[in-house]
Amino acid sequence: MARTGPTTNARRALLWLAAIIIVAAVVLGGGVAAGAASWAPKLALDLEGGTQMILTPKVAGGASVNEQQLNQAVEIIRQRVDGSGVSEAQITTEGGRNVVVSMPGKPTDQQRQLIQASADLSFRAVIQVAAGAAVPKAAQTPPDKLPKPTAKPVNGSDPNWIDAALYQQFENTSCVPPLTDRPTTSDPAKPLVSCEPGSTLKYILGPVEIPGTDVKDATYGLAQGAQGVTTNQWSVNLSLNAAGAKTFQAVTQRLYQKYLANPNDPQAQFAIVLDNNVISAPRSQAVISDGNSSITGNFTEQSAQQLSQQLKYGALPISFSIQSEEQVSATLGSQQLQMGLLAGLIGLLLVVVYSLFQYRALGFVTVLSLVIAGALTYLAIAILGWTENYRLSLAGVAGIIVSIGQTADSFIVYFERVRDELRDGRGLIAAVENGWGRAKRTILASKAVNLLAAVVLYFVAVGNVKGFAFTLGLTAVADLIVVFMFTHPMLQLLARTRFFGEGHKFSGLDPKRLGAVPLYRGAGRLRTPGDVPSVANGQLKAKNTAAAGEAERRMTIAERKLAAKQHEMSGGPGAGKPNDNSKENDR
Amino acid sequence: MTNFSTFGNELYTGKRSYEFVGKRKLWFAIAAACIVLSILFPILRGGFNLGIDFRGGSQFTISNTKNTSQGIGEHAVTSVVPGTVAQVTNLAAGTVQVQTEKLTADQTAKISDALKTGYGVTSNDVTSTFVGPTWGQDVSRQAIIGFIVFVLLATVLMALYFRTWRMSIAAIVGLLVVMVVTAGIYSATDVEVTPSSVIGFLTILSYALYDTVVVFDKIRENTTNITTSNRRTFGEEVNLAVNQTLVRSINTMMVAVLPVGSILFIGSLLLGAGTLRDLSLSLFIGIIVSTLSTLFIAAPVYALLREHEPELVKQARKVKARRASEASAAATV
Repeated sequence: MARTGPTTNARRALLWLAAIIIVAAVVLGGGVAAGAASWAPKLALDLEGGTQMILTPKVAGGASVNEQQLNQAVEIIRQRVDGSGVSEAQITTEGGRNVVVSMPGKPTDQQRQLIQASADLSFRAVIQVAAGAAVPKAAQTPPDKLPKPTAKPVNGSDPNWIDAALYQQFENTSCVPPLTDRPTTSDPAKPLVSCEPGSTLKYILGPVEIPGTDVKDATYGLAQGAQGVTTNQWSVNLSLNAAGAKTFQAVTQRLYQKYLANPNDPQAQFAIVLDNNVISAPRSQAVISDGNSSITGNFTEQSAQQLSQQLKYGALPISFSIQSEEQVSATLGSQQLQMGLLAGLIGLLLVVVYSLFQYRALGFVTVLSLVIAGALTYLAIAILGWTENYRLSLAGVAGIIVSIGQTADSFIVYFERVRDELRDGRGLIAAVENGWGRAKRTILASKAVNLLAAVVLYFVAVGNVKGFAFTLGLTAVADLIVVFMFTHPMLQLLARTRFFGEGHKFSGLDPKRLGAVPLYRGAGRLRTPGDVPSVANGQLKAKNTAAAGEAERRMTIAERKLAAKQHEMSGGPGAGKPNDNSKENDR
Repeated sequence: MTNFSTFGNELYTGKRSYEFVGKRKLWFAIAAACIVLSILFPILRGGFNLGIDFRGGSQFTISNTKNTSQGIGEHAVTSVVPGTVAQVTNLAAGTVQVQTEKLTADQTAKISDALKTGYGVTSNDVTSTFVGPTWGQDVSRQAIIGFIVFVLLATVLMALYFRTWRMSIAAIVGLLVVMVVTAGIYSATDVEVTPSSVIGFLTILSYALYDTVVVFDKIRENTTNITTSNRRTFGEEVNLAVNQTLVRSINTMMVAVLPVGSILFIGSLLLGAGTLRDLSLSLFIGIIVSTLSTLFIAAPVYALLREHEPELVKQARKVKARRASEASAAATV
């Protein structure tokens, strides 16, 4: 093997590694400069404090939730949590069946209820509409002028639903900030005061005419014009089941009459109500008899999609039960983090001491490799925190600390193989190349097991296990990069230095210490069976022969060839041995 | 370290050799005893000491208090919910943990308040957790699914890499021993099992197989051309390979255990129970058991599985014949 080849390759690998680190650092630095990223890795809620709730969605009727429904459930929850003013909440699905809500701070009872309640979709007729702001006390209707029902209401649009208490509530309700707290559940048989968050209008609505469960499907698309030509207007297409269609026909008939009489009559509107909020209040411009209606208006593609999805929630009213709720205070988290980091630091220090003790100067290569693996892991976590919102949890920190051992093992496997090669009497440069060839296979095979575990745990496991698995996988990759692009190239270069190449006694690769001594004793003495001290290998019945075998293994190549010639009649005991020189050729 | 290098050298040449394969009946007997104990212990104790996550309940943690008397916590709980038995544990300096059966939100708030007053801390120092038991079952189920999926995939991976399913079988046998014995030690020490311990337990899966693969790869190297050689029998060759990687095994175990041990002791001494301690304890036990299992179980099992193959029996006969002829030749010198 040409001496320049490995050296050039080694230098190139080191330069590539440096380039990777610099590019990653520059990318992160750019992110920080742009204010999008931060140098410190993002911390999960367990380290920053907050509340994590694990919610199990339940579909009415006890059916299990499929993936699509689960994603809808996440959307429902996200809408509720965001709607209730909690910022920076994280909502994810977990294990294909749970919804995890993590939010900073503590949820109020109201928020908790809001999250737990099922998506309550219904259709109600509009009785009265007003601007969203609360009517000032002075301008409110005096008690004697409050509406009084004159008769029993005949249909859902009848103003006779409005009594004094309801009207006062209507006047006091504010649909613009500061919002009035309104209950999230309502009696379907009674009228309701409601807000439309998009338009900040407030409504008095009649009782529920069509429950959300009557929604068969909802889609969105570009509306068809009168001649069946596609227009540029987005519409939401709602289809109801048989029961819903029947009721809807009656309702639209009633509302359409009002529309014909006065197109601006609020009572020509019906309201789509989700969780007591009006999400849309279209006018009835036709009698719908088949249950398939099309809602048009000032929809954008996005808002049309949103409405169709909201309508679909109604088709599958999902309720949530809180499986677990954990409050992690920031002080607890920071203390755990500090201790975790302190423990990691002490652990690392112990590893350094042990490595130096075991591998002398070579231990510094281990330490340096660990430092570089650490730097790579840190950059990856910080960049992923920025781009993927990956947050480091305490379990993740523990994962990193645990990975120190497994990362260091790659070096140990490698160094031990190099030492084995030295023991076989090779020069350091050849030992490094041969040892690497053998160690590489082992390292790849064993890291594959590690990565497999990380991937399986990441996809199968739940909660903290996920973060832990992700971190384990991350460190396994960092480890592979380091051992291929740093440790091995470094060793290739170091093998050519005087300190290591000549086997200084502190280099950790001193052939004398590694028992390569017998090579220099001379072939004659070696081949005397009695020269080798008694062998502890008790399973070999013929001790002398065993000793001869051992002696043979320590021979130099030239000696072995000589010995092979002398022992030809016994079938060349050294042929095909793993430690035989034959393997030099297959790497 | 001269002694350790010499130790390594002697192991490498076979001058010093530990009978991992030769005395396998002894190791298997010990393992069997450990397994029986590991299964009996939980049965006799009536299962594991499952944490609140598995049983469900409410837990309060009071930090930064000067007075860590357990009576205050017990009183605070009984004042709100009479008749409830509260478990009050002093976690670390200034930190008290109160565990109760599952409470309502109202009771939780009242007890939090009582604890705050009792221990003389601010409301930020009292945190509460309530955990439904279903969550624990979830973790367990996912853990079992994860275990099965991982073992199946790892079996296939190893069979493909080593080109023999027997190595997979031997590795899985070693892994099962690790799982059972680690669980047994958990039960014997009566340490609470929490989801964090389960995480650690799952990590051990990865570590145990990882360790086995490293040693098996050396066995693979040493036994590649076994049928054309008559130096050692298969079992002896496996044993030599294990001995030759013994220094690696010891060094790796040390390097892996040092940081974990560091978390464990800092976790237990300074923080008391918690994620760090639960995680590191199962890792600590698991790493040591894994290393031992690879050496004493997985490798001998592999030798056992293969040495009855006709080719290897023939090879063993050749080795015996060569030794006999060399012994007689040596005798005549």
